[in-house]
Parts: sequence; structure tokens; C-alpha cells
Amino acid sequence: MASALWAVGNRPAASAVLFPAGNVGSPAVDPKIKARRFEQTIMPHLDAAYNLARWLTRNDSDAQDVVQDATLRAFKYFDSFEGQNPSAWLLAIVRNTCFTWMRRNRPSEEVLGSEPIDDESLGQAEPLLGGGSRALATDPETLLIEGRDRAEVNELVAKLPAEFREVVVLREIEDMSYREIADIVGIPIGTVMSRLSRARKLLHDAWYRQQPRA
Amino acid sequence: MNTAHIGSLISPYIDGELAAEKSAEVDRHLETCEACRALVESERRVSAAVRHHGERFRAPAHLKARVLSEVERRSRRSAWSDLRMLGLGWNPVALAASLLLAVMVSSGGTIAYLNGSAEESKAPLVREVVAGQVRSLMADHLTDVASSDQHTVKPWFNGKLDFSPPVVDLTTEGFPLVGGRLDYLDNRQVAALVYRHRQHFINLFIWPEAGEEAPRAAAQQGYNLLYFKHGGMEYWAVSDLNAGDLKDFVAHLKSAVETPA
Repeated sequence: MASALWAVGNRPAASAVLFPAGNVGSPAVDPKIKARRFEQTIMPHLDAAYNLARWLTRNDSDAQDVVQDATLRAFKYFDSFEGQNPSAWLLAIVRNTCFTWMRRNRPSEEVLGSEPIDDESLGQAEPLLGGGSRALATDPETLLIEGRDRAEVNELVAKLPAEFREVVVLREIEDMSYREIADIVGIPIGTVMSRLSRARKLLHDAWYRQQPRA
Repeated sequence: MNTAHIGSLISPYIDGELAAEKSAEVDRHLETCEACRALVESERRVSAAVRHHGERFRAPAHLKARVLSEVERRSRRSAWSDLRMLGLGWNPVALAASLLLAVMVSSGGTIAYLNGSAEESKAPLVREVVAGQVRSLMADHLTDVASSDQHTVKPWFNGKLDFSPPVVDLTTEGFPLVGGRLDYLDNRQVAALVYRHRQHFINLFIWPEAGEEAPRAAAQQGYNLLYFKHGGMEYWAVSDLNAGDLKDFVAHLKSAVETPA
């Protein structure tokens, strides 16, 4: 599936022009039928699209712009959608649109997108855990049960670098599998694994830094 | 297994992304390693906290409305609208490809028979059916009656043909009915029903013919054909679908016409 996703993410024009040999003579779908199919298969995932864009841009109006742009791109290239996983297909377009948008509009923000990054170098400064008992006494859930604000968890996620934020959002909030995340982000599963693991450690450490020990 | 080893397995372990064997291996390691247990618990709790408290933002209603209306607008103002007829529009690239194909067909392509089952005597009809398929796509004349409702398409043939073709909808089987038209094959008027599967169209030609014959396959110039006789009708299905999908279509079609609703 990765290739199908990337055909849309990176070179949409090619798929519209180059018909696979087996499809020669195959007509494009009637625009009205296409619109109806799009509404039925893709539009139900607009919340997921907005959620991802909202987390990546951290801003409602930017997220709306990105989602509108991405969804209309998806409609334009809907013919190349192979019907397997509409939400992953749409989210791949959304995240690519997001990163392109952020590079253009927020050059000051550190955005690495799908370029290879050294996951290991990030968050290395902090010790992962001070030790078993110490971690257990101050872990996020315990603190939350003790009445901490959910806003704090959201704030910590929002503060993660975008590359880590997106895998956390896709995994924990959108409940995507590693395979789906790999396809959406365009990275190998092993990188999903290490990035997610690193993201959780960053969250844990940030949490630990933020909470004064009671 | 030492601590360094289990480190990279913690995320997939708590996410249920490890193979059962590997997961059992981690379980065994955790039984004896307190440090790793603490790490697992810690990461599990971070994950649970985000799952439990992480906000899932919902798209504002006006954003949905805006995107929907823009999709509608773009589907109306299609670049192909000049080519449209009876509500069906064609991509110019596909049209050009069809034209090219028509030239290839008319210059006499070889007919490949699948399973060696089609007789030589069918060769002219194979060519005619493929030409019918190409013509319907090229001349932008796929349907005279565009409807997915079999109860609209079937009566449309009344008074236009000296027989009443069976019309079944196969939407639930993945082959929605697109519509129907009149066509001319083998020196007679025939019913042509159009079905769709993903991006592919299937022309199904039907005319009265005595006898019962199991489906046979043929292929020509990238088109697959299946034909059979049943219940006093001869059926020819042609499409650029792969042979397997076309076989499925014919299987669904046969069972639908054998057991009319």
C-alpha cells in the first residue's frame, strides 16, 4: 500500500497521466459518480484528517486550510485511490500537505517532515527513568488519577517535535497500526517503532520535569 | 535477553505489534527482570494517559460543508463536461487510448483463447463484441438510459427490442449497474447493459439464443470476454477487468438471473 500512498503524496501528476497497461481504454468515472463515491468513502474520515492537521499545525484556522486543501487534492487524485484503506490514504495526503504548509509558512519552526532524522539523537539528554520506584510514584497516570488536568497531557503532546507528535497522535488518538502509520508517514515500520518509543520517553521525561515532586 | 535487548521491543510489546512468539519471549524476560518491568509499566502508562486524555479534535461542521460544496462544484465544472452525454463524461486520455486501441483492433489483432475453450467460429463475434466495447467508450455512448435501478433500466427496453433482457443489479456484489443501451451485434439488435467495478466498465450484451452453455473465456487486445447461454439468452461480457474479476461478475450474474428476486 505504501506505493499507492506515495503515488499520491509525491507525484500525483504521473498517476493521472500514465495509465497502467492493464487500464488502457478504461474510462475515467463520471464526475458525479466520482463525487458520490468520494463523499461515501473519504468524507467520513474528515474528523481524522482535521484532528491530525490540528495537532500538527496546533491551530484551528491553519488546520482548516490544510484540511480543505488536502481533501480537494484527494478528490482530484481520487482515481488513483485503490480502495484499500481510505483513512490511511487521506491521512497520508493530509500530513504531506501539513508539512509542506509548515515549511512554507513557518520556516522558523523546526519541521523535518519525512526526511530522515536521527531519532536517537533527540531526547538523549534526559535520563529515561530515574529508577523503577521513582517513576511509579510520579508517572502520568497516577498523577492524573490524583486530579491533574488533562490539559497538561495535551500540552505535553503539543510540545513534542512534529515528527514525534504525529506518530503519537496516529497511534494513541487515531489508533492506527504500525503498518498504517508507516504508510501514512512514509517511513519503515522499524522507524515507526523507534520514533514512537522515543516520543513516549520524551513525554515521560517532560512530564517528570514539569511535575514538582509532591 | 538483557535489558538493552528488550528496550526496543517495549513499544511494539505494549502496542500488541509483536508476533506471539516474540511477545512470549518478552513475557518470560519480564518475569525475572524488575528493571524492564518498570520500563514497560512506565511506557504503558504514558500511552494510556495520552489515549485517555488526548484530545480528538472534530472537524467543524462548516468545514465539512465547505469541502462538500467545493467537491460538488468541481464535479459539475469538470474539464470533461464538453464530452459529456447523458450524464457520462470521459477522460480525454482514456478517450485517446481507446481511439488508439480501436485502430489496433481494426488492424486485426490475434485472439487469445483462455482455457482453449472458445471455438474458432466465435472469432468474428469476439471481434464484434470487443469493437462494441471500444465503440461504447470511444463514442462517448455508454448508456442511453443511465440508472442503477434495474426497475428503470428493464422497462426502458420495452418497445425497443423484440425480447425482454433480464436486468439484475449486482451492487452488493461489487458490480453496480450503470445503465443500458441498444447495440447491434451479429446482425441483430441486442441489449447492452453496463456495469462498473472500481474504475472499470463491463459491457454485457444479451440477445435471445436457445440452449444452455457454460461460460467460456476469450481475450483480445487487453479485453477479457466471457460468454454463456442460459434460459433462452446468450450473454457476452467484455471488459478491461482482469479475467478473475470478470469471472466473479459472471458467476454473480448467473446466480442472479437463475434466481430472480
